[in-house]
Amino acid sequence: MANDTYEETLPGGAMWSMRIPRGFEIRVAALAPGGNVSALFYHAVNPLDRLNIPDTLKALHTAKLTRGHVLMSDMGLAMVSIVEDSLGWHDPLGGHSTAEHIRQAFGQQSYQECRNDFFRNAHDNFLIELTKHGLGLRDIVANVNFFSKVVSDEAGRLRLVANHCPAGATFTLRTEIPVLAVFANCPHPMHPSGEYPRVPISLQIAKGADPGHDDFCRNFRPECGRAMELSERQNSV
Amino acid sequence: MSTLNYQESPLDRKLACYSKVIPAGDGWLHRLEAGQTLRIVDLEGNQAADTFFFNADDLSERYSAQDTIREQGGIYLTTGTGLLSNQCREMLVITADTCGRHDTIGGACAAESNMVRYALDKRFMHNCRDTFLLQMARSGLPLTKRDLAHNINFFMNVPVTPEGGLKFDDGVSEPGKYVEMQATMNVFCLISNCPQLNNPCNAYKPTPIEVVIWEKNTTA
Repeated sequence: MANDTYEETLPGGAMWSMRIPRGFEIRVAALAPGGNVSALFYHAVNPLDRLNIPDTLKALHTAKLTRGHVLMSDMGLAMVSIVEDSLGWHDPLGGHSTAEHIRQAFGQQSYQECRNDFFRNAHDNFLIELTKHGLGLRDIVANVNFFSKVVSDEAGRLRLVANHCPAGATFTLRTEIPVLAVFANCPHPMHPSGEYPRVPISLQIAKGADPGHDDFCRNFRPECGRAMELSERQNSV
Repeated sequence: MSTLNYQESPLDRKLACYSKVIPAGDGWLHRLEAGQTLRIVDLEGNQAADTFFFNADDLSERYSAQDTIREQGGIYLTTGTGLLSNQCREMLVITADTCGRHDTIGGACAAESNMVRYALDKRFMHNCRDTFLLQMARSGLPLTKRDLAHNINFFMNVPVTPEGGLKFDDGVSEPGKYVEMQATMNVFCLISNCPQLNNPCNAYKPTPIEVVIWEKNTTA
């Protein structure tokens, strides 16, 4: 098992990226309450093709993400499918934190003063990880916030729901194409002011089973099946 | 349905410095100087004007839907909404709106998303992203697909339910309804007048829109 599984633990505030082939499962667990992982996905071979939140949401008729949902690219490909989810709601609307959000909510904590306990933000973390892959600001698009729940009321007002993510919350993604995954383990940009939350998360990545005709995500909606078919057509060439 | 927010413009149509009718399926890429006001008119009603902005002085700065809705604390765009960039800076501000609300969650239609949403054989139908890409490619500006992100759908009504559902409701626009926005910085405005024929948002009948521009400090 150990040899077949990539494992990593990201401290609160950390960033991470990795190219992952098709057919792998990425299991993510929050090791403390109050997690938030801002995430972006790119086609590992052609990063111009990347996560498209609006296309994903309108195809699925949803403003939240959960098990059965297939995250789709600009080019209509199923990128990653959510095959397991203990929470039932992950946020695709709120975007990601910037240095200004963090300063306003939690104050200043610089590297000069605090060394590696300084307050990191998702935007800078994305830029750092993307630049490692030859990408940058122009490649940052609408992201997902795993472990967070943002609701809209009848008037369209947005609210981050407190205490949504308990310790031990998990979700698992299955790669449907080769992807570059980029994670920023930073507070949600709508997080109320107070203490900077530091929630470690664990990652386990291992080869998964190929999705059959009876796969839950494939059959969740016809749109999921068609996106997976488009990915499989491309994977076959 | 929650309240719609109506605000008439004081600007006199006769004092406008520019106007153009954009047929359905066509595009428009135009520079707006800071202080100029752009009006988009839904000439025949329930037409989607897919719209995106770049900072004319730094093309890597562009409209950001997520930053815009989060910072104003609500999903609908209407009078008073600051249209924010990926640097969380105001690019334009909506100054008048006789439609009442506009969508920025649903994005643009594309050949590929039409295949996913409707059927694999929809690939070869005209779509907004192709219009965007053609306008960008023809512009002479160093803009590529890399620069295209999540846009605004003026005149579209896409409510989010408290349970997290996304609805494509009947339009709230009508013939002659308009939305007006003043540029806070110099911007390039990119519009695709949506050619979508696969869903009832426009009653399967895409129609023309008009764009009208007033100079800074035009008095009513």
